[in-house]
Amino acid sequence: MKILKASNMKRCIGCFSCSLACARNVHKSLTWKRSGIRIHSSGGISTGYEATVCLACDPPPCAPVCPTEALKPRKGGGIIFKEKLCINCGECARACPVGAIYFDPEKNIPVFCIHCGRCVPFCPHDCLEMAGSSKEENNEQ
Amino acid sequence: MNNKFRVLAVDLGSRKSKIEYFDTRRQWLGGSGLAAGLFEKYARFDKEPLHPDQPVIFAIGPLTGLFPLMSKTIMSFMSPYNGQYAESHGGGRSALALKFAGFDALVITGRAKRLTCLGFGANEIHIQDVHYLKGMDIFKTGKTLRNFKPKNPGHRSILRIGPAGENLVSYACVNVDTYRHFGRMGGGAAMGAKNLKGIIISGDSTHDLNQISVKEYNKTYKEIYTIITQSNAMHKYHNLGTPENLIPLNELKALPWRNLQSTHDPEIESISGEKFAQDQLLRQVACAGCPVGCIHIGLLRERFGDDHEYLYRQVSYDYEPIFGVGSMLGVTSAPGVLTLLEDVEKLGLDAISAGVALAWATEALEKGLVNEEQTLAPLKFGNVGAYQQALDHLALRTNDFYTELGKGALKAAEKFGGEDFACVLGQEMAGYATGENYYVSQALGFRHSHLDTGAYSFDQEETARDVQKSIDYMQNQEYYRILMCSMAGCLFGRKAYPKENILKALNSVGHEFSMEELDETIRAIQAHRWAIKFKTGFKPEEVKIPKRFLEVETWKGKADPDYLFRLKDEYQKVLQDVAAKHSFEKDREKEIEDT
Repeated sequence: MKILKASNMKRCIGCFSCSLACARNVHKSLTWKRSGIRIHSSGGISTGYEATVCLACDPPPCAPVCPTEALKPRKGGGIIFKEKLCINCGECARACPVGAIYFDPEKNIPVFCIHCGRCVPFCPHDCLEMAGSSKEENNEQ
Repeated sequence: MNNKFRVLAVDLGSRKSKIEYFDTRRQWLGGSGLAAGLFEKYARFDKEPLHPDQPVIFAIGPLTGLFPLMSKTIMSFMSPYNGQYAESHGGGRSALALKFAGFDALVITGRAKRLTCLGFGANEIHIQDVHYLKGMDIFKTGKTLRNFKPKNPGHRSILRIGPAGENLVSYACVNVDTYRHFGRMGGGAAMGAKNLKGIIISGDSTHDLNQISVKEYNKTYKEIYTIITQSNAMHKYHNLGTPENLIPLNELKALPWRNLQSTHDPEIESISGEKFAQDQLLRQVACAGCPVGCIHIGLLRERFGDDHEYLYRQVSYDYEPIFGVGSMLGVTSAPGVLTLLEDVEKLGLDAISAGVALAWATEALEKGLVNEEQTLAPLKFGNVGAYQQALDHLALRTNDFYTELGKGALKAAEKFGGEDFACVLGQEMAGYATGENYYVSQALGFRHSHLDTGAYSFDQEETARDVQKSIDYMQNQEYYRILMCSMAGCLFGRKAYPKENILKALNSVGHEFSMEELDETIRAIQAHRWAIKFKTGFKPEEVKIPKRFLEVETWKGKADPDYLFRLKDEYQKVLQDVAAKHSFEKDREKEIEDT
């Protein structure tokens, strides 16, 4: 399964169209926060932009820390979330090494990239792409 | 969608805030309409422009964040430049930050005892003492405020003023997120008078879209997004950006050079959009919520040592600032222009007004109306170093000359002489010497801006000098622009947002309007804005069009004074009639009592 990669962030113009697309299409929300991809500058706009997004770790360190198995490894990397199993403890967000799980304070659930690719067509500068996971790419070689 | 406006009202005097609700969506709509409505409610019409009780307002619109290019914030205040109601529009992240903080508008009244920063998000408000930032430039202020509350990196907007705003220069600007501005009419001084150095807006909340038909909304979003990104409609704003216009306007003999002594110069190649793109362009960035990316950042290298010692700066440039401190000051090198823009930025001045005012000062010095003891710097067209010194004096109000110049070129000319060549049309001219229609449009325009009616295009399209045709054009354009600015959309998005698309977008997010209702609302907002402008002292018959505008030659030859003044007379009657359609709340109450 393909994963979302923010491969060309040096091209990013900081329009937030990707975050807004994820919020709108995946989370039915209007926000900068409730989005699987979050864009920020690294100390003012003159420093350029970075994306905080799930790296599709395989195996993912956020899954085993979930006490109720609400998070399960996704084939190709990343995780699958079962909301009805979640007890809202926030352990997954703390376990993510790159801070890519946003713990929504209103819904009390983790928000992260599901690698659906719906943000990609909204990036005007081709910063984002859907690519094979590193394991798949290794196999191909 | 919630139709009530939710407004954060902060009183810096008492350090208390209120959340106010206004059930006036159908009358005020948002953006320009909302700003006017709030101004009528909060303003003290009997007090001077910088009185502590006067409000400084920031308003967004019903489509902010919901659609691409709906990324502007409308700032409104009583202008220290002319004492009248003024609007200034800015972008950056300000609009989405305010939306995601959960407010349709911010109203600031009162004066803080000491220099202050206001920071707020959905769940926090901080009024922080920043007396130690006194006199600090825009960039250092930004860096310091980034460590302040609320902390929300990347999802905040930071507005701040520089020394010019603190010193109440009449055309001090408000800087937004380093590269954007509430540029014109002195919003920086309006903040300075409140002892308000900065505003941090944290967009940290979430709006659920479950009250609307997400399917319909997503479809409309995609349609509009596709027009913006896949048609060629907005490509030019990203490619060379607005500086694309420098060569065409110069060729047309419509680009003001050296205080509008001429409209054409062979040196254009050295400050053209192409030259900037080739030699200086570092990258483009965007306002939040806009995929166009029209903000052009230039790289300015500066050697500071005998060895290969360099520092670099990143300076944003656009058509108007290049005109202001470039062609208007006879500066014909791109690094020279960026050097001056960097200083303008640091000091927190409006680039157009500062450039045009210094152009007048240069000619006044040339003609001996003022001397170098007054100008302190050897002002001469093309002398970048002298203009750097002068900009400092302007922002710091070093002496009587610069204090007067900081009120505007025409004010300075009233005192020192040289009114004939002060390039002022309501405020310092924008970069369009296109002819009579534009001169009248800026002189009488609501914001005294080239964006009020876009009459510079009409000058280029229309050869006949037809008063009625010109008035119809200006009125039609003003109508559409009020509609767009009440959505708080960027005027670069005009091709993606014909009136039908705006209505469709509104309907798709649950704002039920018919075309007729929307028309009626915009007409009412138009009357309201003009009524407030007249009430705060606008006297169109007293607005001067200095002689220089009649002397200079464009591709059409010299302006026709007969046509120009007939158009001005007729247009001011039209504006008076528009304003008369609005009755103020107190007058309405009185009418009811009388009956």
